[in-house]
This record gives sequence, structure tokens and C-alpha cells, in this order.
Amino acid sequence: MRKLCFKWICLALAALPAKAAEGGGEYIVLVADSRRFTGWRAWWANVYNESHLHFTLLTIITIPVLGLLMGKLTSFVLSRMGVNLKSRVLAEH
Amino acid sequence: MDWLYTLMPIAGTYIFWPGLIVLGLGVGMISGFFGMGGGWMVTPGLNILGFPMAFSIGTGVTQMAGPSLVSSLRHARFGNVDYKLGVIMIGGTIAGFEPGARLVMWLERQGRVDLYVQYGYLALLTLIAWLVFTDIWRRSSKHREAHALGKPADATASGIEWHKTLQKIRIPPVVHFHKAGVRCSVWLPVSVSFVTGLLAGVFGIGGGLIRMPALIYLVGCPTHVAVGTDLFEVTISGLYGAASYSYKGRTELLAAVIMLIGAAAGAQIGSVATKYVKGYGIRLFFGIAVIGCAVSIILKLVGAAYPGGRVLLNAAATVLILGLVGALSLYIFLRFLHGVREELAVKKQLLQSAV
Repeated sequence: MRKLCFKWICLALAALPAKAAEGGGEYIVLVADSRRFTGWRAWWANVYNESHLHFTLLTIITIPVLGLLMGKLTSFVLSRMGVNLKSRVLAEH
Repeated sequence: MDWLYTLMPIAGTYIFWPGLIVLGLGVGMISGFFGMGGGWMVTPGLNILGFPMAFSIGTGVTQMAGPSLVSSLRHARFGNVDYKLGVIMIGGTIAGFEPGARLVMWLERQGRVDLYVQYGYLALLTLIAWLVFTDIWRRSSKHREAHALGKPADATASGIEWHKTLQKIRIPPVVHFHKAGVRCSVWLPVSVSFVTGLLAGVFGIGGGLIRMPALIYLVGCPTHVAVGTDLFEVTISGLYGAASYSYKGRTELLAAVIMLIGAAAGAQIGSVATKYVKGYGIRLFFGIAVIGCAVSIILKLVGAAYPGGRVLLNAAATVLILGLVGALSLYIFLRFLHGVREELAVKKQLLQSAV
């Protein structure tokens, strides 16, 4: 009985994130007007319209990758300038 | 002047793109310096630039993950991240974020999301400004007392010390966070992160604006550990927030990318600038920026209530928020340049004396 309860609780907990991600209840559906765009903007608008899951995956891959690239580039420039990036003196502010 | 405006593919609105660059650079520098995600200026800033509120929240949360990752890696190299504390807080943040995001989606269905989130922001910014100025005043008082007694002032003293009381509450399990030097009930950081996660879900802030002061004043972390740990936690929760709002279809990735390019570079500069800026004084500028952001929101609310003055008031709100963000980040950048120049001069002197 305990094992059965435990299994139901686990299933319910696993379903919660998916349910939560819907936003609950009736949805306001937005549609990107891809007719106004060409090239990559049209492609991006169509990705959004066709699958929010693909849109989400592309977003969460793009943001950290781009952030890291820009951060590394800035680090490179700063270290070439001679700034010490490895140590700091405590500065309480 | 049409070339200054670009059409966003998802939100379908025309946005002043130089404003996105100013917001991105500014928020990156400020977040890297103060350890706070900067979302408190991004969400109202995006809304003032013309994004619907749900998109402002989603886009703000999305762009935040990038510079937070960069800043947290920088602070990790400085030894400022308590990973144990950060991981424990991630659970609380995610558990709080999702109800907040769902509340926004519900308000959007009611057609009231702009108004209620703007009012909520006014309350939040008022609270933050009060906290900042109270802390500055109390710290100044402690310094004056120490000076009157002829004792040296404690450079690491903070004004508010509620953590001393909260750490005495020992609801098990009790955990020792070594890097932070704190021993407390695990429910203290979890509670803090749940509330900050909820606020993050509703307002699109990284939670750092609340979480970082909470880590200092409620949990009792030293400032530099609070900054680093908060940024680590914001990175993870920011990615979750990006996923959540993207799945709900309320993220404009183009705007997030434009801001991110400036923010990631600005975050590095802001993090490094913490080496060169000493003293509590800069908190005063931060408090003024918070008040200025609140005034911008008031201008937008008044503009919505009086259509005759809407264009002028919206323009004033835009100028004020971009001006404040620009001024604060310019100050940090100038201090950074000054510090770099001094550091290079010292290095040159050392090299010459070695020769």
C-alpha cells in the first residue's frame, strides 16, 4: 500500500512541472505574423508558431552559449590589456 | 528616424533598438558589480520601450541568464561562490517561480497584467529603496559611534543584522555553509529563495535584488559570498525562467540577444570593477537609481491614465530610465578604467624595479 501511494505521489510530482508550464486554464494564443518578415526572422517566427517546445529549446541553448562567447571575448580583451582577472582584494560595497 | 526602430518578430511591436543596447550594457555592468540580475530595471525598461508586460517579464528573465553565467564564473574564480548554499536555494527558487509565472499568465487573461505588475513594481522598488537607505543610514551611524569612541570602523559592518536572530532558529536539518561561514536551518535559505523565486516569476527579476540583500541581512553571508552565490543561483533559475516563459510563448529572443551582447561584456567589466571600488558610497547611487526607476513607472502609469499627455510622459519615462541606467553604468565603467590604469602603472613600476 505504501509503495502504491509512493508511486502515485511520484507520478503526480512528475506531472506537475508539465502542467505548471502550461500556465493553467484557458490560454491566450499568440501568433507571430511571419508574413511581415523574410529570411531568418520569418524562420524564427515560424519556429515559434509551429512548436513552443522547439522555440524553448533554441532559446535556452542560444542564451548561455552567446553569453559565454561574449564573456570569453571580453575576458580575452581585458587580459590582453593587462588586467588581473584571477585575484581580488576584498572591497565591501 | 524610422531606422532607430525595429519590428520584433514575436511580440509584433516596433522597439527603439538603441534603448535595448543601453539597457543591456547597463544592466550587465550593474549586475556584475552589485551581483544583482538587473531585472528590476530591465522589465520596466522593456515595458517602457513598448513591449507588452508579459513579454517584458519573459524577455527580461531570458536575457538575465547569460550575463549571470559570465559573472558567476568570474566570481567563482575569486572564490566567492558557496555552491552548497546555491544548490539548496535553486530548489526553493524554482518552486516559487512557477506559481509566479502562472499568476502573470492569469493576469494577462484578465487583461490587467500591465497595471497590476506596474503597481507591484512600485511597491517592490519602494521596499528596496527603503532597505538600501536604511542600511546606509545605520552603517553611517555605526561608523560615527566608532569614530566618537576612537575605535576603527569595521569596513565589513552592515547596517541591518536580522540574520543574528534568524540563525538562532534551528529547525532541522541544520547545515553549515563553509564558504559563507554560516550555520543555520536549511529552511532559512529555502524560504528566502522561495519568496524570491515567486517575485522573480511575477516581476521578471532574477531575484538577486531581493535575494542578495536577503543573503546578507537574513542569512548572514558576507557581501562578496552573497554576490557570487546569488549569481550562481540566478544563472540556474534564470535558465529555468527562460524555459518557462518561452514555453508559454512570452519571450522575444531577438531583444534578449541584443541586450545580451552588451550585458555579457558589461558583466565582466562590472565584476572586475569590484576590485577597484571601495566603500559603501556607491550604494547611495544604487538607491537613487531604484527611486528613478520607480518614478519612470509612475510616469508611464500617469500617461496611461491621461491619453493627452501619453506621448510626452512615455518619452520622459524612457529618457529617465535609460538616463539612470546609463549614468550608473558609466560611473562604474569610469572607475573601472581608472582602476585598470592604476593597476597597469603599478605592474609597470614593479617590472622596472625588478630589472
